[in-house]
Amino acid sequence: MFEGWPPPVLDPAGPYASSVTLLSWILFAMGAGVLLVVLAALWIALFGRRALQEKLGGKKVIWIGGLAFPLIVLTALLVYGLSLTRHLSDDIAGDEMRVRITGEMWWWRVAYLDEAGNAVIQDANELHIPAGQPVVLELESGDVIHSFWVPRLSGKLDMIPGRRNLMRIQADAPGVFGGQCAEFCGGPHALMGFTVIAHTPARFAQVMQARLRREATPQVAGGEGARLFDTAGCSACHRIAGTGANGLAGPDLTYMGARRTIGAGIMPNNRGTLMGWIANSQAIKPNNRMPPYRVLSSEELTTLATYLEAQK
Amino acid sequence: MKLTAGRNAGFQCLVLSLALAACKPPPEDRQSMPLGDPAKGFAAIERVGCGSCHTIPGLRWPKGTVGPALNGMAERALIAGKLPNRPDVLAAYIRNAPALVPGSAMPAMPVSEVEARDIATYLYEKGAE
Repeated sequence: MFEGWPPPVLDPAGPYASSVTLLSWILFAMGAGVLLVVLAALWIALFGRRALQEKLGGKKVIWIGGLAFPLIVLTALLVYGLSLTRHLSDDIAGDEMRVRITGEMWWWRVAYLDEAGNAVIQDANELHIPAGQPVVLELESGDVIHSFWVPRLSGKLDMIPGRRNLMRIQADAPGVFGGQCAEFCGGPHALMGFTVIAHTPARFAQVMQARLRREATPQVAGGEGARLFDTAGCSACHRIAGTGANGLAGPDLTYMGARRTIGAGIMPNNRGTLMGWIANSQAIKPNNRMPPYRVLSSEELTTLATYLEAQK
Repeated sequence: MKLTAGRNAGFQCLVLSLALAACKPPPEDRQSMPLGDPAKGFAAIERVGCGSCHTIPGLRWPKGTVGPALNGMAERALIAGKLPNRPDVLAAYIRNAPALVPGSAMPAMPVSEVEARDIATYLYEKGAE
């Protein structure tokens, strides 16, 4: 659909993803090797010479192929696999940047945290990170079990109600990386995407500073768009920082105009898709929790989309 | 008239032949746009998300219901119920609907002129199925 989504799963772009990908390739290769040996044994059993068949049926084969081989190979693989991925669970030093990501049906709540753990910037479905350094994610769930997975930047980790799981991600270079909920969470689970944007550290600092200012600035009445956002009922579920819109049931729209995607990482963000989403998101993402707004005229849809495009 | 190479020249020829065709009825009863690239058109349809509002033949997801389904485009007489269904008009409408039909719910789309023609080509070819 657009850059980064659906995400490629064997194309790592950072240290945490590359160890997982390497282990995957080793497992694929070994699986293929074992399959070949089994097929060869099957061929001998069916069509092989009598002498070979008798050897294959002997006790030695069972001792070696059935016991020694898996015991040695699987033990070696376990040790190697654990050593390869042990840095995934290194202790968190505490000075890394932290972001809390909460899985919701069917989108992602994003909160950038300060040193004290307070949410200072709220966003949804999109995460900005600096390239070249690890970022710690606090993964939580607002309802059922979800799983956070940005294949090019990390392994997957479940988001479990009542629990906080920590995970590091890192991108080696600036870029856009798609993610996907990796644990079936009902309804449009397959359309619960995510976008990570890695910036150069300088650019990242600019983005964050601008957003900190934006969160602190009350918005002067936004005209017709703001009025419509309120009267159509959008503000019951959506928040826009500095306005009366304070709903927390749906994604935060403070930076909607700057987001690359709509519908939780699944469609490109432009005037047309915004209007289509507001008018009837159910046709795009069936059973998501936003009702179709068939009461709005084309002018009202345009006004709302224009208002949202200006939120950044 | 100095013709520039490739597509552009072709497009001018097309416009010219359309103009000539208009002089001697009956016109062709089917629309087509032979110079566009339907594959690139489909890629552009996916990239900008036309499916958010329209159900488009050949596009599995999404199947939007905000605007009309775009099947049978080659057979339709009018675009948006107002404009003649001509290749040049369709391409222009795809790119900037409000300029042609003020008040249209379809917004201007972020596609280039070439992409708009490719999309029109795709709709004329695929829409016939």
